[in-house]
Parts: sequence; C-alpha cells; structure tokens
Amino acid sequence: MTAYEKLQAGASVRQETLYHPVEGSYTTKVATKNVTVHYGDKSALNGVSIEIPACTVTSFIGPSGCGKSTFLRSINRMNDTIDNARVSGSILIDGEEVNDRNVDPVVLRARVGMVFQKPNPFPKTIYENVAYGPRIHGLAADKDQLDAIVETSLRKAGLWDEVADRLDQPGTSLSGGQQQRLVIARAIAVNPEVILMDEPCSALDPIATARIEELIDELRENYTLIIVTHSMAQAARVSQMTAFFHLGSLVEYGPTEEIFTNPRDQRTQDYITGRFG
Amino acid sequence: MSKLAPIRDAVMERLPQRHRAEQRFQAYGLTAITLAVLFLTLLVGSILTQSLAAFTAHRLTLPVTLERELVDPRGDGSEASLRRGSYNAALQAALRDQFPTVHGVGELRELFGIYSAINASRLLTDVVNNPDLVGQSVDFEFPISDDADRYLKGASVSERQIDMNASLSIEIAGNVARLEAQEAVLAPFADRLRQVMADRANRYAAAAEAALASARQTIDPDEREILEAEAQRAQMRVQQLNERLRPGADFLLGPREPSLLVRAGDTIVRLTSITSGGREATGEVLLADQAWSGSVTRWSFWEIETPAATRLITDRQMVFVRLLEERGLVRNAFNALLFTNADSREPELAGVRGALIGTILTMVITIFLAVPVGVGAAIYLEEFAPRNRLTRLIEVNINNLAAVPSIVFGLLGLAVFINAFGLPRSTPLLGGMVLALMTLPTVIISSRAALKAVPPSIREAALGVGASRTQAVFHHVLPLAMPGMLTGSIIGLAQALGETAPLLMIGMVAFVADAPNFGFTGFTDPSTVMPVQIFIWSTSAERAFEARTAAAILVLLVLMVLFNAVAIYLRRKYERRW
Ligand SMILES: Nc1ncnc2c1ncn2[C@@H]1O[C@H](COP(=O)(O)OP(=O)(O)OP(=O)(O)O)[C@@H](O)[C@H]1O
Ligand SMILES: [Mg+2]
Repeated sequence: MTAYEKLQAGASVRQETLYHPVEGSYTTKVATKNVTVHYGDKSALNGVSIEIPACTVTSFIGPSGCGKSTFLRSINRMNDTIDNARVSGSILIDGEEVNDRNVDPVVLRARVGMVFQKPNPFPKTIYENVAYGPRIHGLAADKDQLDAIVETSLRKAGLWDEVADRLDQPGTSLSGGQQQRLVIARAIAVNPEVILMDEPCSALDPIATARIEELIDELRENYTLIIVTHSMAQAARVSQMTAFFHLGSLVEYGPTEEIFTNPRDQRTQDYITGRFG
Repeated sequence: MSKLAPIRDAVMERLPQRHRAEQRFQAYGLTAITLAVLFLTLLVGSILTQSLAAFTAHRLTLPVTLERELVDPRGDGSEASLRRGSYNAALQAALRDQFPTVHGVGELRELFGIYSAINASRLLTDVVNNPDLVGQSVDFEFPISDDADRYLKGASVSERQIDMNASLSIEIAGNVARLEAQEAVLAPFADRLRQVMADRANRYAAAAEAALASARQTIDPDEREILEAEAQRAQMRVQQLNERLRPGADFLLGPREPSLLVRAGDTIVRLTSITSGGREATGEVLLADQAWSGSVTRWSFWEIETPAATRLITDRQMVFVRLLEERGLVRNAFNALLFTNADSREPELAGVRGALIGTILTMVITIFLAVPVGVGAAIYLEEFAPRNRLTRLIEVNINNLAAVPSIVFGLLGLAVFINAFGLPRSTPLLGGMVLALMTLPTVIISSRAALKAVPPSIREAALGVGASRTQAVFHHVLPLAMPGMLTGSIIGLAQALGETAPLLMIGMVAFVADAPNFGFTGFTDPSTVMPVQIFIWSTSAERAFEARTAAAILVLLVLMVLFNAVAIYLRRKYERRW
C-alpha cells in the first residue's frame, strides 16, 4: 500500500468517525496510556494517559517546561530524532499503536502533521515550501494539481493574498508571522488527519491570530487538532477540550468549558486565574 | 533616577578604557594585515622577477643542409634508414659553416658546446615525418645552451666593449697573434688590471699578517700550526702576484683575471701578455677572419670582467654566440618549450608539461576518490550512524588521521598499493590514491562540520511533513551544507595539489622525460607532479634551473588560483539556492 493509498484509506475512516453534535458523542482519535518520556536520565513526562476525540480542537495548557511540546512530539514520533529521548507507554491513533515496529514514521507523519513552536520554513521558495510534502507523497498527479494544492493550502492558512505574486521568493524572506502561516500551510498541504500545533500564534499580531483561530475552527470539520497555547483566552476560544499539564504530568483534562469554569484541581485553578505559571 | 546615577558614572568611568582596548585591537589587526600583504607582495614579487628569465630563451636558427649521406645512411629513404641518420652531424656542419676558420678538436668542442645534441632528435622527427626534406636545406630553429642563454641575457657575465680608433697591427701565426700599436693604447687596461691584482696582493698580505698575529696569541700548538700554514699560503700568493706585477716585466693575463679581447672585424684575439710599455701584446686567436689584412685603425676592446675561471662559458663560446647574435641568427623569444616539453636534463629543453599533465591526472583521481567517499562517510556518520562506542572510535580516528604527517601516507601507499597490490609506481593513479587517502580526513571533518551547522529545525521541518530521513538529508540538509562541504573539500584538495612528501615515497620523484598521455592511458604512465617537479629543479645544479623553478612555482600558483576560482564559482552557484 503506498503512502497515498494509506492516506486515502485514512480519509475514508475519518468520515465515519466524525463528531456528531446531535448525538453529543465523540470518537476517539488519539488515545495514550502511561506515556513517559525521558531525556537521558531526566524525566520530562510521566505517565500521561489521555483520549483525544476526532474532529475537535484540544488545547494543551500549562507552565513553561511542563512537557507540552514533549508530549506533542511523542504523538508523531518526532522524539525519535532526538538522540537521548526515550518514549515508553502506548500511543494509539485510530486504535493503531504508533510506536509499533510495523508503523513507518513517514506514513505516520503524513497522517499526523505538525507545526513547530518556532517557525521553520525551508530555505526554498514559498511555493516549494508548500509543495514539498504533496510532492514527496505523490499527492498531485501533475503540475496543475500541485499548483491547486499550494493555492488552497495557502488560502486556508490566510497567506495567499500576501504571497500570491511572489511564490518564487524564499520562504525565509517572510516576516515571522507570515512564516508561521507558511508552515501551517505546509502542514495542511499533506492533508493530514491530525494536526499538532505548538504555539501557532506565538509570533502573530491579533489580526493574524484571529485569522489562524478562524482557520483552526474551519479545519475542525475534517481534522483533529491539538494545539499548545499559552493564551488562556485562545484555549477558551478555539478548543472544545483542554488538558492542563504541570511538571510533566497531566493534571486535569476535560471539556474546555468545564476546565475554565469549574476546575477540579487547585493547580489548574491557580494557573488559569494567573496565580502562577 | 538617583539610583541610576552612580551606575552611569561607573559606565562613564570605564568608557575611555573600553575605547582604548578597541582601538588597540584594531591597530593589531591592521598591523597583521599590512604585514601579511607585505610578505605576500614580497613573495609574489620575488617569484615573478626570478621566473622572468625562464619565460624567454635565446633560439638559434641555422640553415641546415640535410645531406643524403648523413641522414639516410642506407640511401633508400626508408624510415628505418632515416632513423639511423646522424642529424647532429648535420647540425654541426651547419654551425661550422658559420665559422669556417674554426678547426681542431678543442675549438670544435667549444663550438658544439653552445647547444645540446638532443635538439637533433627534433630534426630527426621532422625528416621522418617529411622524407622529402632529405637533400634539401631547411631553416632549423633550436634553443642554445642554458649557459649561452644566461650570458646573452647578461645574467652571468659582466663585460663591456670599447671602440678604439688607433692604428694597430695584428700578426697571426697559427694560434698565436702578435699585436703592436703605435701608441700605448693597451696601457690603461693593463694598469687597471695591475691595480686589481695589487689590491688582491694587499688583501692576501693583510690576511697573512692577521693569521700570524693570531698564531702568536694562541697557546694551542695545533691551532698555531694551522694558522702559520695559512699565513704561509697567503704570503706565497703575495709573492706570486708581486712577481707578476714586477715593474718592467710583461704583464701576464691568466684565467683568474678578466679576459681582455681585441676585436678587429671577425678577428678576435685574447691577450695573454702585455708589454710593460703598453704598446705590444701577444694573444691567443679565438677566431680568425678569413680575409685578414694585418693592420687596422678601427677596432675594439672587449673586456670581460668576469674571469674565465668563474664562469661556465668560455671566451671562445662567448665570441661564437655574440657573433651569431650579431648575424641575426640568435633571437630572444618567448620560451614555449617551457610549456610544451616535459622534464629534461638540459635546462633549456626542460618544461613543465609532464608535471602539469601529471598533476591534472593525479588530481582527477584524488577528486573522484576523496570527495565522494569523504562526503558519503560524513553524511553517514553525521546523519544516520547510531551514536555508540564504535562510531565514537571511528570519529576519534578520523580526527587523528587529519593530523598525521603526509609522508606517512606515502609510506602507506608504498607498503599497501605498491608492495601488496602491485600497482605501478610513479603513476598518477597511485599518486592520486595516496593523496586521496591524505585528503579524506579533511574532507570528512569539514563536511561533518558543514552538516552540523545546518539548523536541526530544517530536519524537523522535513521529517514533520513526512519526509524520510534520506529525503530530509538529500532534499534539505545537503543543499544547505554544500557550500561548507565544498570549501572543506577544496582546502583538502588544494593541500593535495601542493603536496610533495608522500609522492616522493611512491617514486613520483623519478626523472620522467616524456609527458604522460593526456587521456585515459595517462593514469598509468610514469609521471611527476608540479610540486615534485619544483623540488627536483630546485635541487639541480644548473643555474638556469633557478629561473625554471620560479617559473614552475608561478605555474603552480596559477593552477591553485584557477582551482580556487572554480571552487568559489561552484560555491556561489550553490549558495544562490540557499
Ligand atoms: N532535547 C531535549 N533534551 C533534554 N531535555 C529536554 C529537551 N527538550 C525538552 N527538554 C526538557 O524537557 C522538559 C519539557 O520540555 P518541553 O519542551 O516539553 O516544555 P514545554 O511545556 O513545551 O515548554 P514551553 O511552553 O516553554 O514550550 C523541560 O524541562 C526541558 O528542559
Ligand atoms: Mg514547548
């Protein structure tokens, strides 16, 4: 089965696991059990178990250094690339073990896209940045299709109007906020099922932030999104589910409304009211 | 505000000091750069001035008659017969035609000493290629000997000609000439030479005195004996000189004195003794004019200040080449042989072509071995290899290999490539392999550094959209690392380009008179390379090789500049892709 076929298969699965607002039930997209991550001897994440529903936005909040990025990176096995990182526990996507030997990280990362904490466009043209993923996965049959994918992705990321006439300029020549939208466009160009976003709006002005939040809301129709954010307001605005991390542990997890209005844990209460963090 | 004030004071207090430190540092930097530029200018300037003499050469053009009995001994015009011809005899005959009065073995040997017999081989090639030339007269151009060339360039002999207008009779009997002038025209020259000799005698006398004085002071009997013997020798010289300088005696000229030549037309006599009056003299006939009248009023002195004993060209040879030059048969022209010939024992025939082709072939092997292997190893070690004890061991070894003296790689090549594998020695193939071994560590280390310098976020970005590790490396990391890798490789290869020591070990220092074939078969032809050629020439005794050494250095420098220019071009090209 080629990557493209798997993606196709994945897409059909997704249609069945859509959130049905009427019935009020979620289908679990990502489920983890006891995920523990060590960097060398130092433990950065201890025993995180969580179930993330499909076609929703889940936000991870928590003080700096509490392991949000680490957890996010475990989901698409980006921690494999860090030499001294060791991940244990189980991570299931659509019931499939991610850390299984048979799972090709290439296919996994095509299904689970990622937007990194720091915008990292390729030092290539804007067009190349977006087209790279579809090209290596063979998602476009010809140049026209590729052009279409690039345009749609850039439009979705709210960047098209700004770069339409300079697609052949280096992606690194964009402003920080533009770069952030470019890497979002790059992530969604591969048409993943799950998109992991590590502080996607950290470098954006309020207008661009609003646009990204709008995008996140749109994407929710077809994708499962997990975003890390330091803005309580943003978490409240865009996410349906919220998880609060503290010192490498998942402290509290539930529907966003509940977390913000009626936190059960004192630490959560303190954090969202700004008493620490 | 009140709290900030003292801090600002502290800052202001230190400010002049900080400025001074900065100015001091700038001054150091400026001095260093000035010095560097100065030395570079000196270096290039001295190489340029020294090499100038090698870029021109005096060439002799002679009408050579290719007599059939000389060049076609069997008389059938076949190639085999033509190859047995005595072409040098034809050249010699042509030269004798220029000086018909020269005879006797010694004089002829001097005459034929102004060129190298090797030149005849080109005449052979010409005739074999075109047998119709047999029996004809051709104008054959060839370089004169390096000593004659240096003389005509004014590099080895200082001389002057003084035109005279006085009645002088020259009587020639065999080899001896008697000169008689109406006035004492010879006296000024004799007096000046006398003065030179008197000075020399005074110097010897002073040396003898000094040696004697030291001998008196020393207490070591052995040393005293040595010093006394020295004093005695010096005193003997003084006596000999004084004997020759005795007033009233004939003034004798030997090989340690400047040569005094009298020239009347094509009759040239070297004076061997001058009477004390300065009116009469005897001399040796260097060259006789066929139509000699016996008495002239217009003639010239030809004073060769460099004594015969201290130069490599004889008086008679100087006469020959000077006359040939006056007849327009010797011209100073661009020395194309320097680029079209391989090495030769004769400086005037030696060229860099062999070494240049050898260098190019050797570098081709080095580049095609060292760069792919080195870059491949670097990519594997940096991007794919697991970090464990083994890879760390390999890493340490590579780092150490880069510091191994290059001659060790030559020994390795000798032991492994020649003795174990039986590869042909002295060949570009072998040289290239040895230099590739030497260059590998540099290429690997610099390539790894270039890969390391690529920000990890680029790899993450590629992996994040689902690229495999290989794709991430080849699509994103490698293009970014390419300029750095190129720079490192070029530094390594430039080092290999100028390397001598390891090549000495594998026989590339051998004398190779034929340039290797500039093609595929050339890789296994015996050859040498530019730096080794420079080394060989710099250790040669002939003075003419000095200029050729400098010229070869210049060629090597040009080669390096070209090499670096290509490197910079490539780097720019890749950098444009950022
Ligand atoms: N590559 C690494 N090597 C060693 N330790 C690491 C590495 N990456 C993260 N850590 C450690 O793991 C812990 C969790 O880091 P992580 O990046 O997940 O925090 P975070 O919650 O994303 O913080 P922030 O909000 O500041 O981004 C931190 O203590 C950090 O120092
Ligand atoms: Mg983080």
